[in-house]
Amino acid sequence: MNIVVCVKQVPDTETTRTLKSDDRTLDRAAADGVLNELDEYAVEEALRIKEAHGGEVTVLTMGPDKATDTIRKALSMGADKAVHLTDEALVGSDALQTSYAIQQVLGRTGFDLVVLGSESTDARTGVLAAMLAERLGVPQLSLANKVEIDGSSIRVQRQTDYGYDKVEATLPAVVSVVEKINEPRYPSFKGIMAAKKKPFETLGIADAGIDAAQVGLANAATEVVDFAEAPPRERGQIVKDEGEGGVAAAEFLASKKFI
Amino acid sequence: MAEILVLVDHLDGEVKKVTLELLTLARRHGEPAAVWVGPGYAAAKDKLAEYGAAKVYEAADEELTSYVVAPKAELLAQLVADGSPAAVLVPATAEGKEVAGRLAVKIGSGVLTDVVDVADGFTGEHSIFGGSVIAHAKVKTGLPIIAVRPNAVSPQPAPATPVEEQVSVTLSDAAKAAKIVERVVQEKGDRPELTEAAVVVSGGRGVGGAENFKIIEDLADSLGAAVGASRAATDAGWYPHQFQVGQTGKTVSPQLYIAVGISGAIQHRAGMQTSKTIVAINKDPEAPIFELVDYGVVGDLFQVAPQLTEEIKKRK
Repeated sequence: MNIVVCVKQVPDTETTRTLKSDDRTLDRAAADGVLNELDEYAVEEALRIKEAHGGEVTVLTMGPDKATDTIRKALSMGADKAVHLTDEALVGSDALQTSYAIQQVLGRTGFDLVVLGSESTDARTGVLAAMLAERLGVPQLSLANKVEIDGSSIRVQRQTDYGYDKVEATLPAVVSVVEKINEPRYPSFKGIMAAKKKPFETLGIADAGIDAAQVGLANAATEVVDFAEAPPRERGQIVKDEGEGGVAAAEFLASKKFI
Repeated sequence: MAEILVLVDHLDGEVKKVTLELLTLARRHGEPAAVWVGPGYAAAKDKLAEYGAAKVYEAADEELTSYVVAPKAELLAQLVADGSPAAVLVPATAEGKEVAGRLAVKIGSGVLTDVVDVADGFTGEHSIFGGSVIAHAKVKTGLPIIAVRPNAVSPQPAPATPVEEQVSVTLSDAAKAAKIVERVVQEKGDRPELTEAAVVVSGGRGVGGAENFKIIEDLADSLGAAVGASRAATDAGWYPHQFQVGQTGKTVSPQLYIAVGISGAIQHRAGMQTSKTIVAINKDPEAPIFELVDYGVVGDLFQVAPQLTEEIKKRK
């Protein structure tokens, strides 16, 4: 089975994240880049599917040169090869454009299954799996907390606000997985060493057949018009419990008409 | 006034509060037209009218709710093509954002996700990077498709008599590719849904074990609140994962958020920082959660929380 797992390098959530003042895109230099945490579940799920059903796992990312680190991490977990789409022309692309660019690369790699995390921890749009399924015309099996494959049939449990939906489809398909669907493995030393020798393809937009007029900040369908640091919350009243802390808190809630 | 399509969020005919918020928001910018998908409109009719739906498009065909997301996007795309709406508003729930994403691809429009307010010209306000940055964004290509976070505005009634129109859509084969064979509704008791709730009480590491979450639940129930949990608590298996509030869990923005035994690491703050009023109970006076609070109690949660619950019950 040809499994492609899409990953993204994001600024570490533990560092201070901001936008750049000139073009109001993500300031990637300001913070350490790490593999989007929610993508680790996607990589793990892809590896488990491969282990159960055979095939190959390709890691696909779109991002700047330094996103190579992120790809290496996925390779060291056990993915077989990588494709890195990187091009100045892609800088500032929004979700709509990103889904187009990835679609073009998937046209090149082919796929039986595309696996994504539920969202990235930086932009948090949560739309990429849906957009890709729409563009590719294949089943959208998103927000899965369980994936089962039997031949060309695929069944997932789609997490919902009220519980879950049992969903069935036929491959090829796009799957996104939620946090805690599995326990992502740590790269072993052997895995880290092996990752250095795995096939690694770097593509520019021309290689992937991406139309420059459909990507990049200038052509984006959305724009950030301004941004500012959120005003700090005014520090409230803090009391030490001397036996009546609960009553005092109730007093506060009553003063705000919550009770 | 231009029509603004509002995708109704409902579970078997029970209208979600976020829908009333979207109708309220839509009224500021045009004429709200509610888009009802699936059976059950009759029971919801009065609610939509009460909150000012000038029009209702009723797509009652059960087939539209038998497949994952795609049918809703096809329906909206058809309504956009047949009419001339000024914008499409959907709830920024996981599913609402996916509908918005597919619609955006279909009609070649930009999409804003997770906005906390909509200003003139359909400029969306976003609270990003865990609430540390406020950004404004616009759709510059096509029709503004905007996913609005629950609790972004408070719903205001404005009774109207909606013009009702039955609509049907012939689904493409691609929209029928992911079939929902069973819908499993998990028992969640009488508590409101986490992302919709006006009051949320969350427990964290300090709660110390699954059995102690009863303290959090009792406090929540005294306030009619939803129960949440920090990642430390869900990772430890003390409370189910779907109740996790934080960067990688649910984002909540209630009127009142009570954090019990939660230190307030960035992981957690990212999911609750836009709450209107924040109260914390924690034994560590240096806990970062106290930087956010309107009211904080430094003390043992096993003393303070039950006392607070009792006091609330007494005052009712």
